[in-house]
Amino acid sequence: MTSLHDLTAPDEHFFEARRKVFPKAVDGPFRRLKWAIMAVALLIYYVTPWLRWNRGPWAPDQAVLVDLAHRRFYMFSIEIWPHEFYYVAGLLIMAGIGLFLVTSAVGRAWCGYACPQTVWTDLFVHVERAIDGDRNAQIRLQKAPWGPAKIAKRLAKHAIWLAIGALTGGAWIFYFADAPALGQAFVHGTAPFVAYATVGVLTATTYIFGGLMREQVCIYMCPWPRIQSAMLDEKSLTVTYKAWRGEPRTHGLKREAAVQDLEHEGRPSLVALAADPSLAEAIGTGIGDCIDCNACIAVCPTGIDIREGPQIGCITCGLCIDACDGIMAKVGRPSRLIGYTTDLDGRLAASGKEPLPALRRLFRPRTLVYFGAWAGIGLGMLFALGNRTRIDVSVLQTRNPQWVRLSDGSIRNGYIVKVRNMEARPRTVDISIDGLASATLWTEASGRSDASTHLKLDVAPDQVAQTQLFVGGPGSGPERADMVFTVRALDAEGGIARDKTHFERPEHEE
Amino acid sequence: MADDKHIGGGHIGGGRIDGPTGTSFVGHEWDGIEELDTPMPRWWLYTFYACIAFALVMVVLYPAIPMLHSASRGTLGWSTHGELEKEMMAEHDRRAPTMRALAMTPIEGLSGNKQLLRTAQEGGRSAFKVYCTQCHGGGAAGGKGYPNLNDDDWLWGGDVATIQQTLEHGVRQPGDDKTRMSQMPAFGRDGILKPEEVQDAVSYVRFVSHQEGANASARRGATLFAGNCAVCHGDNAKGNRTVGAPNLTDGIWLYGGDRDTLTDTVTNARYGIMPAWGSRLDPVTIKMLASYVHSLGGGEASPKAAPAKPLAVAQK
Repeated sequence: MTSLHDLTAPDEHFFEARRKVFPKAVDGPFRRLKWAIMAVALLIYYVTPWLRWNRGPWAPDQAVLVDLAHRRFYMFSIEIWPHEFYYVAGLLIMAGIGLFLVTSAVGRAWCGYACPQTVWTDLFVHVERAIDGDRNAQIRLQKAPWGPAKIAKRLAKHAIWLAIGALTGGAWIFYFADAPALGQAFVHGTAPFVAYATVGVLTATTYIFGGLMREQVCIYMCPWPRIQSAMLDEKSLTVTYKAWRGEPRTHGLKREAAVQDLEHEGRPSLVALAADPSLAEAIGTGIGDCIDCNACIAVCPTGIDIREGPQIGCITCGLCIDACDGIMAKVGRPSRLIGYTTDLDGRLAASGKEPLPALRRLFRPRTLVYFGAWAGIGLGMLFALGNRTRIDVSVLQTRNPQWVRLSDGSIRNGYIVKVRNMEARPRTVDISIDGLASATLWTEASGRSDASTHLKLDVAPDQVAQTQLFVGGPGSGPERADMVFTVRALDAEGGIARDKTHFERPEHEE
Repeated sequence: MADDKHIGGGHIGGGRIDGPTGTSFVGHEWDGIEELDTPMPRWWLYTFYACIAFALVMVVLYPAIPMLHSASRGTLGWSTHGELEKEMMAEHDRRAPTMRALAMTPIEGLSGNKQLLRTAQEGGRSAFKVYCTQCHGGGAAGGKGYPNLNDDDWLWGGDVATIQQTLEHGVRQPGDDKTRMSQMPAFGRDGILKPEEVQDAVSYVRFVSHQEGANASARRGATLFAGNCAVCHGDNAKGNRTVGAPNLTDGIWLYGGDRDTLTDTVTNARYGIMPAWGSRLDPVTIKMLASYVHSLGGGEASPKAAPAKPLAVAQK
């Protein structure tokens, strides 16, 4: 038998310990973009459940509410019933196609900027820096023996992480119930158990994923990078180390020597080259722009070396671009040695040709088809949303027995009629039957003596009214006759709904 | 198991190393795509161990190990039967106020409390499926000899209190002095009418039920009917509910309105029975059954409208 030691022994490489990543702080346009997106995303997440929206006295006043208990989904002026779940399905399909669209156009932008895993990890990393210091201080602290200072810092860090986790889980539950009421009940310990359980689970997952696992989630657990590596093509934007500019990378004495060699040979200095890039060809192959400072590796939140080319660990957050641009400015070389480019443009640039403008890359059949599908579904749903009726009827014919002969020889059929009033106010509707000559309609309560072809039904706001109706018709006639139930709202706004059904008679007439 | 070391050693792929990643090949190749022997993250291994530990705890706490006639009990003493019992108790407690209200409300008073009436009808629907469908059918449509409870024709009466009494005391139950008991003589078998007289009586019955014209046989039958049948079925053949004599003029037949069946009925008489459910079911269940049967479409209004007294406790 293989012992555990054999399985985890370094030379066997069955299992690998996580190599901790200590991302260095960096500033630049991409870092600032990430701050902005983080602020907006967190603001939306925490504030949304507290927004109010007046729907009158019969419906909740929370702007966005997923009311699982009553099977209603409220989003501002839109209310969705369970049978309208196709709107939610449509939104999910749009989200899916939207990801395809974004990926084919700008690569893994979702991963780099908007994914909750990225946003919360960023937040956790920031907390870590505030307490432990930047990369080097963090590494020193990691290696330092345990002492009061280290314990205090670790306690503080994990306490804040847990607090963020609890706030994250805490905000989540407010989407599923009236936020102020639930908040009060939660504090008083009277909220339902599921609320506490949800907060507990989300606190744990946020803390573990954002604080402890971070890039492991992206690399090992998330299916999206795998799907994306299949979706990216040679025209998708990726964060690229421009090897044709950077190689051969040199640093220290070696670079010094190379620079001096160039100057001895009367070639333009690097400073001159920065001022006039057209002199690049004159340099030849002596030195590249990369000074091998490893700044790109130091800032990378997933701990990869972007210079190894496109890889699954790269979430295209652009922080290495900021880091490298800072270095390039210091050494007087043009920026964007690392930058967003497509594989195709990279090959063009490497062979000295002019790459296409990035905007022109966006308009290609693939992105246009994705956009068309995405916009088509969106417009279709908007159209359906604008034209949907808020009153509906469904008729269920009683199958056992299909018909009942009454003492006067006539035939009675039974129907369960469900009228949906999807407006947030009580409505009265008129139910009538068409298609069957001399048929009458009555309920168990009204009795046959008051039978007519119409009857009224009150439907409570935002409710389904269910009633058993009887229809009486002549004893002779076709075995199965078509019939239509019509429901008409009896108020100024009106609204009509119909459902087809049948009237059954016995097989043989005597 | 000396070969075990081989598996993880990366030797299978001939020891070749993938340049860009520095990882050895496994040796599998599909259309030029080769599999790398990338190590699993160690936390994954720990998650696996945690699952094993979780399983061990579950085995100790809950029933887990199957044996011949039972299973290990678990230290928590949990069982599905116990869980069911708890849920049934909770449900019983939840229903208790409604059941009390049902027990205290006279059946004529239920119509004044919509919620309670609906509860009674739905409870009756369930009980009907258990006790009544065997004879009356799942949809209460009955069959030959078993009344259809959906229609508007009743032997003993279709108001809710009468239905309740029929349910409670049954039909032809010996020893129950309130049981429904109708006694039609076996006119043919006992020699009261001769076979041709039976045919004449049948002709008359088919005449009053609009199935045959007024022929000579029917005219003879009219005289026979007046002398033998009208005492129970009435001069106009519309029946008499106090003795359970059916209306012979309507379109509904318990056994059948054709000549053969009617001949059989007049010759031998019919003695259908129904259990006296009062001795088998509790009064609330009978009340619910009566409410349900009354709601099927043929229910009649109570003779004297009893004032509705909704109980506050039943509003829950």
